[in-house]
Amino acid sequence: MGSENTPPDEPALRLAGLRRDFGERTALDGVGLELAAGESLLVLGPNGAGKTTLLRVLATLLRPSGGEVRVLGCSLPGEAWKLRGRIGYLGHEPLLYRELSGRENLRFQARLHGLGGERAEARVAELLAAAGMERRADERVAALSAGMRQRLAICRCVLHEPELLLLDEPDSNLDAEGRELARALIGPGGGRSRVVVTHDPERFLPESDQVLRLGIGEAAVVS
Amino acid sequence: MTPSRAAFAAILGKDLRAELRTLQSLPAMALFAVTSFVIFRFGLDRTSLSGSLAAGVLWATLLFAAVLGINRLFVAEREEGGFDAIRLAPIDRSVLFAAKAAALLVYLLALELIAVPVFALFFLDSAAALGPLAAVLVLTDLGLAATGTLISSMAVNSRARDLLVPLVLLPLAVPLMIAATGATEPLMALGGPGYHRFGTWLAVLALYDLIFGLVGYAVFDFLLED
Repeated sequence: MGSENTPPDEPALRLAGLRRDFGERTALDGVGLELAAGESLLVLGPNGAGKTTLLRVLATLLRPSGGEVRVLGCSLPGEAWKLRGRIGYLGHEPLLYRELSGRENLRFQARLHGLGGERAEARVAELLAAAGMERRADERVAALSAGMRQRLAICRCVLHEPELLLLDEPDSNLDAEGRELARALIGPGGGRSRVVVTHDPERFLPESDQVLRLGIGEAAVVS
Repeated sequence: MTPSRAAFAAILGKDLRAELRTLQSLPAMALFAVTSFVIFRFGLDRTSLSGSLAAGVLWATLLFAAVLGINRLFVAEREEGGFDAIRLAPIDRSVLFAAKAAALLVYLLALELIAVPVFALFFLDSAAALGPLAAVLVLTDLGLAATGTLISSMAVNSRARDLLVPLVLLPLAVPLMIAATGATEPLMALGGPGYHRFGTWLAVLALYDLIFGLVGYAVFDFLLED
């Protein structure tokens, strides 16, 4: 659970000259910004601009190749171990085991995050209800539609009550009802910070405090 | 940090539940072993084996059957994002190594519960060797579990995974197989089990287990880095 709160004077994100290379190709270069705790950052850019790479660096899944990266007061990559468990990551893949049911997947994640017993059961049940997944919760993930998997992935992302949400196209595959339910789970508010990658700025712009525009071979622009 | 014991139990339980549900590894391993014994029986044209030949047939078959399970050990983590989910959790990553090795150990023991009685039925005149053989099986399985988990985690990101696992694993398993056959040979001697250098070979197996267990524990964290 996200119990180690960020110091009050520490922004949720502080990036300066962030660079990430894949071999000889540079996916991100010179990204710099500060995001205060509780604020939302919208990340825009064309395909291949490095949006997903940025999220994966912030989630500690990729090491930065250069620059300064501080997330919730932890310097990456050195203090990545302090950060895990305090962030919720929703990527392109739902990170769910296909042969387990939605409930079993969430129970598994709860145990990895130190939740056990009745507390875990209650939290899993609460999230399944909030995502409208109670009736299908005991079916194997392989048998669920892409939209239902996305709902479960959103539950997985917020299960441990993270302080920072990293969301890559959070509305993918969701219908109108799913989008409303998702907004209740991963929308702004509650004091947590958010980084949202999207190709649908109109949907997320009103709830964002800053916008980061990434371009291919261009400097990142914060507005 | 989540307590390692809870994370270990969660990962091991998840793996065993998924295997029980899909039966992707164990039936293939068991079928391979039983089919190999049938081929050996007719290929060698012998109804009874003893000594080094018996030990060689048993351990070569079990090793190649184990490769089938080792190949698939991390497939779900790779294809369904399990690596990322586990890397995002506040757990010591060596817990994943321990849990995967434990799951592989369970598969190997289950394989042997099927394969060894079939081997005895096909090739042994008496079942007297099976009692002391259990110690050799467990110690060899521990070594295979440690080495196999390490190699499988390295190979899983490669498209040539099915080729890479045997190519890297088999040379590393040579010392293990020498000790396993060395310990098994006197147990299957003509005229009943003997114990010549049995203890020495068991000690070699235990040393191998310790070395590869420690190597796996030490380097696994780095293998999970991007």
